[in-house]
Amino acid sequence: MTKLNDLTLVEARDGLAAGAFSAVELTEDCIEAMEAARDLNIFITETPEIARERAGEADARRAKGESLGAMDGIPVAIKDLFCTDGVLTTAASHILDGFHPPYESTITQNLRDAGAVMLGKTNLDEFAMGSSNMTSYYGPVTNAWAGANGEDLVPGGSSGGSVTAVAAHVCPGSLGTDTGGSIRQPASLCGVVGMKPTYGRCSRWGTVAFASSLDQAGPFARTVRDSAILLEAMAGHDPKDTTSAPVDVPDFEAAITGNIQGLKVGIPKEYTLDGMPAEIQALWDQGAEWLKGQGAEIKPVSLPHTKYALPAYYIVAPAEASSNLARYDGVRYGLRVDGDSLDEMYANTRGAGFGAEVRRRVMIGTYVLSAGYYDAYYVKAQQVRTKILDEFKQVFEDVDVLLTPTAPNAAFPIGAKMDDPVAMYLNDIFTVPANMAGLPGISVPAGLDADGLPLGLQIVAKPFDEETMFLAADAIERAAEFTAKPKYLGGQ
Amino acid sequence: MSLESDDVRRIAFLARINVPDEELAPLADELNGIIGWVEQLSEVDTVGVAPMTSVTEMVMKQREDEVSDAGYPDRVVGNAPDRVKDFYAVPKVVE
Repeated sequence: MTKLNDLTLVEARDGLAAGAFSAVELTEDCIEAMEAARDLNIFITETPEIARERAGEADARRAKGESLGAMDGIPVAIKDLFCTDGVLTTAASHILDGFHPPYESTITQNLRDAGAVMLGKTNLDEFAMGSSNMTSYYGPVTNAWAGANGEDLVPGGSSGGSVTAVAAHVCPGSLGTDTGGSIRQPASLCGVVGMKPTYGRCSRWGTVAFASSLDQAGPFARTVRDSAILLEAMAGHDPKDTTSAPVDVPDFEAAITGNIQGLKVGIPKEYTLDGMPAEIQALWDQGAEWLKGQGAEIKPVSLPHTKYALPAYYIVAPAEASSNLARYDGVRYGLRVDGDSLDEMYANTRGAGFGAEVRRRVMIGTYVLSAGYYDAYYVKAQQVRTKILDEFKQVFEDVDVLLTPTAPNAAFPIGAKMDDPVAMYLNDIFTVPANMAGLPGISVPAGLDADGLPLGLQIVAKPFDEETMFLAADAIERAAEFTAKPKYLGGQ
Repeated sequence: MSLESDDVRRIAFLARINVPDEELAPLADELNGIIGWVEQLSEVDTVGVAPMTSVTEMVMKQREDEVSDAGYPDRVVGNAPDRVKDFYAVPKVVE
């Protein structure tokens, strides 16, 4: 018998609406799957009591004919970067030990207002800094997909717990954040759909900040349509975030019409890398054929500064991180390690509280912002960023969306790439440009590599044109017919 | 340029992160690896290019300068590792 945690979000929504099962029944199956999957280390904090309470409220509403909409009664997992009122919020860092926010992030509040049921707070790379979930203070997450010889793999990162909750069928959807690829790269490595909205589409208020000019929240789900429904519940203008865009939230699901006749799809030639696995190139070519076969027009395009997006990101993101993480000083919340003076207390607290990758990035950021180096590094990187944005603008005069691979490799073994920071950074080579330019992007599972591991294709669209992005992503999804399942499913 | 252990000690001080002496040299190697890699940006001609300040052309929003959220100091300081009444407590600053 199908367990309810195996349902897609649309199936769960329709089943709830038809009265086929209750939100409590759906939630109980998800809680059971969450507990059965504990070996994967998906959750930092499980909140089954909150889940049961909110599911009960959803059922009570429905009994009175007062459904809050598509998300009412749907269980979701929340990346532990979103502050949740009264619930431990760690950012997977030792430095936030015991932090119980007295407020709720706008994104999770929006989901609560839509009736969604929080299952728990998921594991991530510390402060969302990583591409493997290996930097978490709470230990790595194991990918639901195993290697060809059964070896444990990373789920990607930084949203490793949220992606695995969806891949392992713990729940139909989850929340992540994407600063340089932290939703799309893990989605590619785990065979699920992950999307980053346009910068400004989702409020950043109450989300632990990493790099403020790049951070965006977004959904994970098992289908493109499910992602559209989740995004609609998350998005919207928020006066509490000055970078939140005062634009209306469209009906994203309605944009998925199945008709891509005449859609202009750009293939940026600079995304072909030396040494990229042949199967990723082949899948990319196949993706273009799929879209062409459905009536799209495929156009080769050029984005000459693509190769500079990643190094520029590794100046801008650490610089912003070093400023944002200055607040962790042992005074107002979290860890404190005593010292003889205030300065010593700060340094002891931050020395003990930050892990190796966070320390590296804060120090890089401090260095590139320090007197004498600011122009050479930070200003230079922001100038390069302007050139990258201008190139995208120019290309989007000729095409509606871009098609690229999501990641340059499939999932890799736990512990790999840890001794070479730059090798790890290269995981985000195809995802970072969209962050640098603030563009929406989505990864759709499109095929398997020779070891049977999932690979994703990415669609990048114009600012605030998530509708066309979903439309194109749906066309890939339908053509790819991706039905492969991971080894660990529903905790079995 | 290349960072030495002393440079790393200075950066660690600026960042207020206690780094044990024996970790300074390996950390210098890691930071030099990253900085050496980002140096490739010097190839890009950026003469006359304005540095980015925002990805979207957005007008800075303003609001009335008035209190909109207040009145619960106990919750505000509720997470403090050390507090005295409604104040955060820190090691002695003034002798």
